[in-house]
Amino acid sequence: MSQDDLTHTSKAPSSDSTSPENPSRRTLIKAAGAASGLALGSGAITGFPMVWSQNIKNVTLRQFGTGVSNINAIAEKAKEDLGINLQLTALDSDAVAQRAVTQPKSYDIADIEYWIGKKVFPAGVMQPLDVSRLKNFDKISSLFVTGKLTEDSTIAQGTAPHTVGFVESKESTKFATEPTNWMTLIPTIYNADTLGIRPDLIDRPIKNWKDIMDPAFKGKTSILNIPSIGIMDAAMICESMGEIQYADKGNMTREEIDKTIDILKEAKKAGQFRAFWKSFDESVNLMASGEVVIQSMWSPAVAAVRAKGIPCIYQPLEEGYRSWGGGIGLAKHLSGLELDAAYEYIDWYLSGWVGAYLMRQGYYSAAPSTSKAFMSENEWNFWMEGKPATADILSPEGKLMEKAGAVRDGGSYMERMGHVACWNSVMDENKYMVRKWNEFIAS
Amino acid sequence: MNTPVRTFRSYWQVAPLSLVLLCFLVFPILTIVIVSFWDFNAYQLLPDFTFDNYAFSLTSDVTLKAYLNTFFYAIATWLITLILGFTVAYYLAFHIESNLMRNLLFILCTIPFLTSNIIRMISWIPLLGRNGLVNGLLTGSGMVDQPVEWLLYSDFSVILAFVHLYTLFMVVPIFNAMTRIDKKLIEAAMDAGASTLQTIFLVIVPLCRSGIVIGTVFILTLVMGDFITVRLMSGGLSASVGVLIYNEISLLQYPAAAADAVILLITILIIFSILFRFVDIKKEL
Repeated sequence: MSQDDLTHTSKAPSSDSTSPENPSRRTLIKAAGAASGLALGSGAITGFPMVWSQNIKNVTLRQFGTGVSNINAIAEKAKEDLGINLQLTALDSDAVAQRAVTQPKSYDIADIEYWIGKKVFPAGVMQPLDVSRLKNFDKISSLFVTGKLTEDSTIAQGTAPHTVGFVESKESTKFATEPTNWMTLIPTIYNADTLGIRPDLIDRPIKNWKDIMDPAFKGKTSILNIPSIGIMDAAMICESMGEIQYADKGNMTREEIDKTIDILKEAKKAGQFRAFWKSFDESVNLMASGEVVIQSMWSPAVAAVRAKGIPCIYQPLEEGYRSWGGGIGLAKHLSGLELDAAYEYIDWYLSGWVGAYLMRQGYYSAAPSTSKAFMSENEWNFWMEGKPATADILSPEGKLMEKAGAVRDGGSYMERMGHVACWNSVMDENKYMVRKWNEFIAS
Repeated sequence: MNTPVRTFRSYWQVAPLSLVLLCFLVFPILTIVIVSFWDFNAYQLLPDFTFDNYAFSLTSDVTLKAYLNTFFYAIATWLITLILGFTVAYYLAFHIESNLMRNLLFILCTIPFLTSNIIRMISWIPLLGRNGLVNGLLTGSGMVDQPVEWLLYSDFSVILAFVHLYTLFMVVPIFNAMTRIDKKLIEAAMDAGASTLQTIFLVIVPLCRSGIVIGTVFILTLVMGDFITVRLMSGGLSASVGVLIYNEISLLQYPAAAADAVILLITILIIFSILFRFVDIKKEL
């Protein structure tokens, strides 16, 4: 683990003035990192200039959100490190959005995706976070601050997290155009999604989203039947086919929606699709059983197929990825000791253990540099740097994910997150889109 | 007989059931009806009185297609389960001599119900898939060159699953009706020179009409209200009314879902009112 490795990811965030790098802390991270990895308990991170407060012990915080990051292991670790009790509720994303708006008293911490935040925050049910109270704020990837991974990266379409990441002041519900002291959501987890393929059943290279429409794969493809995400994958496909040029795939006009759905309907009529999937397990089964050879997929689903000993590749495509990101925010009613506890919790969230846990599942941590201290060099190189694994890669539960020698599909963090074409989003024409989508499914 | 005290007492006697029905049937349905007139946006229900939800549903091609699909599934399933159910019940009621054996076989029929609906459905998938057991057998024995694709994720697989899931709902009421047929009637029919088929269609079928109707009610409500079988077995490729409603609920479009539910309820009630024209269930029971 060299200084170079560290700067590779943490230098990018420092490229703007809002995320000053603290050299002394940098050294400390390095020291903690050198102590290496997994076995680091809370005691070992004393290298950090932070001592978790004692008075927040036994405070209970109610967190709700989507399943991806509502993980019991995180609640257990939070109890161990901070002493706080974390009550987790996992719901699907639509229910999360509704509950966030309509029952703001029912939660303390909302773990939501950014596109949900775009709808929820203006409703005035949440309070922005004072980033000056977060010791780890400057470790957050610049993707969530300026929207740019590197100086010259272009910002993707859709609800890019940084566009809804800040508000103008403590009382404001208006999203700021540039980073301020008031953050709506602290990013926690994100990833870049693409198509999954069965390389053993496909005898040509797959390079573009449009390949899913290749007549050669007739009856052997699938896309996901969750309208808000499915329509994005469909847009990536249509654009790749050269049929439609979208002004913003994340916010289509009615004509664009009509055209997209028409193309899908035609493909369905021609028997291009074998099935549509709605849940994670369905996508795994479709792929593992060989019913489909190319389909929309989520990263852990690809891992699940491979875990069965079946070859499956999360294929990087020329047009780029469809990305999504989630974060945690504070309910408006939170105050006093509980608010303090929430700040401690969020700072702890960014301090590395959770990030490492999530990265071992194939997601990315919002503060990659802090997570490094909690991962072995092999793990870090595999998940972040896109280098071949020098030893077996295990999941957080200890299950074998990749054998030694494997390389992550799509390569390094920079290569994957640097090629995001659009972010998950919610459209102005959402209601219309959903109706058209239903038409497509019923057609 | 009709003294006030007696009337009062009988009111008390019906009170528990009435209360249960009121709380758990009438009230929820009323709520659904009320909500079906509400408006909604992405995240909220807006109390209102609008016919938009109905107007959209009743004029949309999607609804029409979904209803046609649903009727197709319902009628196909009904026909197959009726033939199967009647045959099984007939065998149990008239061919098995010993009472013990009959009861044993009847219990045997219910064994699949010891596992969950979903498991019984999903277990078809590895069987019927492209690389599934059936296709393995067909291609292995050289009967077909290419795996048969329509076995799974098709109307065939949907109806197969329905039949598998719901045949018992036909067997039980028909069997029940048959066991109450006086054997002497059948003997009389035979003595009068009726063939077996004539006995079945002229004596047995009319006498188990109530069983057939009850079975029909079960099958129609189960199939027309279903969403999960259609979704899983068609691979999400076709939509029934239930699937439409489910989609709307999962997108929090409760008023639209409520309107569709009310339309479905009315449709089913119309079908049943026609059905009950033919058979007076109360009299036959």
